[in-house]
Amino acid sequence: MFEYAPAPESRDIVDIKPSYGLFINGEFVDGHGESFKSINPASEETLAEIACAAPQDVDRAVHAARQAYDAVWSGLPGRERAKYLFRIARIIQERSRELAVLESIDNGKPIRESRDVDLPLVAAHFFYYAGWADKLAYAGFRRSPTDGAGGGADPRPIGVAGQVIPWNFPLLMLAWKIAPALACGNTVVLKPAETTPLTALAFADICRQADLPPGVVNIITGAGETGQALVAHPDVDKVAFTGSTDVGRQIARSVARTGKRLTLELGGKAANVIFDDAPLDQAIEGIVNGIFFNQGHVCCAGSRLLVQESVAEELLGRLKSRMATLRIGDPLDKNTDIGAINSAAQLEKIRMLSEIGEREGAARWSPPCELPSRGFWFAPTLFTDVAQSHRIAREEIFGPVLSVLTFRTPAEAVEKANNTPYGLSAGVWTEKGSRILWMAERLRAGVVWANTFNKFDPAAPFGGYKESGFGREGGRHGLAAYLDV
Amino acid sequence: MDTERLAVRKTYKLFIAGAFPRSESGRSYEVRDAKGNFLANASRASRKDVRDAVAAARKAFGGWSGRTPYNRGQIHYRVAEMMEGRRGQFVDELRADGSGKAAAETEVNAAIDRWVWYAGWADKIATVTGSANPVAGPFFNFSTPEPTGVVGIVAPDSALLGLVSVVAPAVVTGNTCVVVAARPLAAITLAEVLATSDLPGGVVNILTGDRAELAPWLASHMDVNAIDLAGAPDELAASCAEAAAENLKRVLHPAAATDWTADPGTARLTAFLETKTVWHPVGI
Amino acid sequence: METLTDAASLGAFLHGLPGVDQVGADERAARLATRSIKTTAKARAIDLAISMVDLTTLEGADTRGKVRALCAKAVHPDPGDPSVPKVAAVCVYSDLVAEAVAQLKGTGVGVASVATAFPSGRAPLEAKLADTRRAVTDGATEIDMVIDRGAFLAGDYQKVYDEIAAVKAACEQAHLKVILETGELMTYDNVRRAGWLAMLAGADFIKTSTGKVAPAATLPVTLIMLEAVRDFRARTGRQVGVKPAGGIRTTKDAIKYLVLVNETAGPDWLHADHFRLGASSLVNDLLMQRRKLATGVYAGPDYFTLD
Repeated sequence: MFEYAPAPESRDIVDIKPSYGLFINGEFVDGHGESFKSINPASEETLAEIACAAPQDVDRAVHAARQAYDAVWSGLPGRERAKYLFRIARIIQERSRELAVLESIDNGKPIRESRDVDLPLVAAHFFYYAGWADKLAYAGFRRSPTDGAGGGADPRPIGVAGQVIPWNFPLLMLAWKIAPALACGNTVVLKPAETTPLTALAFADICRQADLPPGVVNIITGAGETGQALVAHPDVDKVAFTGSTDVGRQIARSVARTGKRLTLELGGKAANVIFDDAPLDQAIEGIVNGIFFNQGHVCCAGSRLLVQESVAEELLGRLKSRMATLRIGDPLDKNTDIGAINSAAQLEKIRMLSEIGEREGAARWSPPCELPSRGFWFAPTLFTDVAQSHRIAREEIFGPVLSVLTFRTPAEAVEKANNTPYGLSAGVWTEKGSRILWMAERLRAGVVWANTFNKFDPAAPFGGYKESGFGREGGRHGLAAYLDV
Repeated sequence: MDTERLAVRKTYKLFIAGAFPRSESGRSYEVRDAKGNFLANASRASRKDVRDAVAAARKAFGGWSGRTPYNRGQIHYRVAEMMEGRRGQFVDELRADGSGKAAAETEVNAAIDRWVWYAGWADKIATVTGSANPVAGPFFNFSTPEPTGVVGIVAPDSALLGLVSVVAPAVVTGNTCVVVAARPLAAITLAEVLATSDLPGGVVNILTGDRAELAPWLASHMDVNAIDLAGAPDELAASCAEAAAENLKRVLHPAAATDWTADPGTARLTAFLETKTVWHPVGI
Repeated sequence: METLTDAASLGAFLHGLPGVDQVGADERAARLATRSIKTTAKARAIDLAISMVDLTTLEGADTRGKVRALCAKAVHPDPGDPSVPKVAAVCVYSDLVAEAVAQLKGTGVGVASVATAFPSGRAPLEAKLADTRRAVTDGATEIDMVIDRGAFLAGDYQKVYDEIAAVKAACEQAHLKVILETGELMTYDNVRRAGWLAMLAGADFIKTSTGKVAPAATLPVTLIMLEAVRDFRARTGRQVGVKPAGGIRTTKDAIKYLVLVNETAGPDWLHADHFRLGASSLVNDLLMQRRKLATGVYAGPDYFTLD
């Protein structure tokens, strides 16, 4: 047996302060709410004391953003905005190891993922949108060719964007929000998730290093009430939210009377469809990557496995063998595949839904694995004999839990895949080209991964159908969310 | 004996699933011209008619969205041809509604031309809004627009041009719709045009009646994917937008009043399109 | 398996194997290559890797003297450190087998001989069999044959199968390693099919490359072959070994291969009976890394023998 010795990434590279204020108008200031602690979910140790933004702090941040918008940012030529964003992208690359370690400590995700997935994508996103900042007139978003002087005017930014992001990809979601907003000429007030504020606060420091004009980016920390206050602030012109469908619904309701622009990237219950002629070994990797990537804390996770009956038994055997090789533990160990669940509350939700799955009659299986005694952990879990009517087949679990269903024909696969209020992503595995395109046409989801899964790129639009939200992030399409079009 | 021939009047009914039923409620309301003269008894649709119309639109969606864009374009052009044939009737109806002769003719011309304009978009919008995405890896990656699904439309007061300007962009891309019309006469004549234009039944469903009564049912319907509040006054629009949040409907509610004679741009086409991004590895 | 008695069913079987998506396979191999093997794990991995090496010289300029030197290195890779394990075998051309056998008698180090018109495989079957028999007669314990890539690429699987079976028969007690020459097969689908074909025909090992064609061994190709031997055992009960050969020069590379074995075929393959590394310069890098672990300072090439 080949035991891998511990290979921990050094924490020395990060310098976590005992406490953090709110980043408003280029400075860290105290908040008027009751401060809270950010903890390391792998050890439950307290990392830092975080300020909480009360309504008057939100007001101050929005005011700073408005001032910066009016006085500086909206009037700055696109090429100048571009250079700021390029600078930010470069600084992120320069500090990527530090940011990756910080992300893993605060979030619980494996360092391999924060290092090899999150951080490269964060830098790439800023690079990508930096290049758009002085090319907006070419993006095809003018109302009509006769709109604007001589037809060549830049589309206008919206104004102040209030952005609320989740805890699953803290810095990446920040990048998805801030990069296009700034490229288009908006200023932002961003609230990171309560449990993962540290990389956003490090980003505040990056803005200072880049000499970004004060007030263009404001980071306010806090919980749900802070987010509500931001979304409801009358001087916010645009709201962007990534998170649960329930909160998205509340936000949609709360901005309904205001005329604010809104984009939402919400939950999902993606079907990953495996045909009997799939490239099986790669499909296994795709299934594993689909549901166990980032502990399954992924809105587009392939949480419903739809397997053609003729290959189900063989596939599940292979999948179980593969799951047995997954390494669960210290997020900072370079060989860890599955890290810690982000919070006690999320762990409770995953446990609850898994217990419901058992009670509803599905067969539960996990590979033998030792979980650390401190921190929040959940073994990779497989449910077989799952029916479409089971809650574990319908509700987003947002954890490392895979529900397996079977189908007989392509039509049945499509029908089952689409039988959900969500529509964020889907996977298809088959070596038959025409069937891939047939499936891709019929799956009602914003992203279809064929013979791959959980791939992201700043050039590729991402976002949902139906209750998975509206608006796109990434690509040319991502600009629409931040332009007055 | 020299008597004037008694005209055969048209019964203005609803348009649901390609048929012309009366409201299931049995209700109707008087339509009068600008001088107060009686014109017709129009059907006053109920929430159950909304329900039936949504069911018809949903049933039609798969087939309609699955048609080739070329075919949808052909059918839309056919609609314009049929409108042209009913030009006189449309003009009469707009005049009955209070328009002067010249204005009525101008509006009908514009409405027919608008329909032709949208017909041509059927097989072009994907070219304009789709993309091949240069991702940093060995993947072929493309994004295409797809129809959102069933669109609820609260039509604007502009009896024909406004109506055409909200219906055509929604359905030409493959959506199906349930329209609550503002003015029954031109709307139901348009329905007759649609019924004879090879448009599959259920793609467009037109209800007449009280917008304030019907719009909330459309806005709250969980099988409606999007709602166009063009013809909803502010308070109604706000409450509909709130109700629409329940299933995250796409809501189109332009802040300013729309000039229906202006170049419409592509905004009403893209409002009811989803972007689908497909990834596939590139290898041997 | 027993139904594959004619060319048509053989072809149907090979083409019925699940396809391989190249991008996914490359990604998986690259992912495994990021495993970080440190300290005690690294020490064990280095010794395991040394014990799996087929120390190889396959040059036109090879002489008995060269082979003698290689054999000495095989038995005592680091003459100053008796705790260093022996390599698994030396690998030479068939005419030098007798010399290697003489040198390695009683050491436990095997003698592998390339045969069958290595490296091109372009010779009549009688010549290939004669080549094999001569090596076996001279005492080779292992035969590394090449398949007829021309026949394989032309779809004549039966011919490839028959040749392997014939060579296997000629091997008698010697183990047969079948070289697929994956650099000429071009696609991973072909690698998987060729691997299965060799195993069906009786191979004891499937080997990537001759070392004479670029690319030689790669991680993804080895991954595909490891999946094949894993699936073959699940289906038939017989455990076939895998040997990547060519281009493996550093400890880092060797450890990546061991990780691949560990997490693909599984720990059952982590033994020289079932996994070999065809290499020559690799051994000295393993020795240098081994000494670095033991002493804490970086070693230099002057402190290790050339061969």
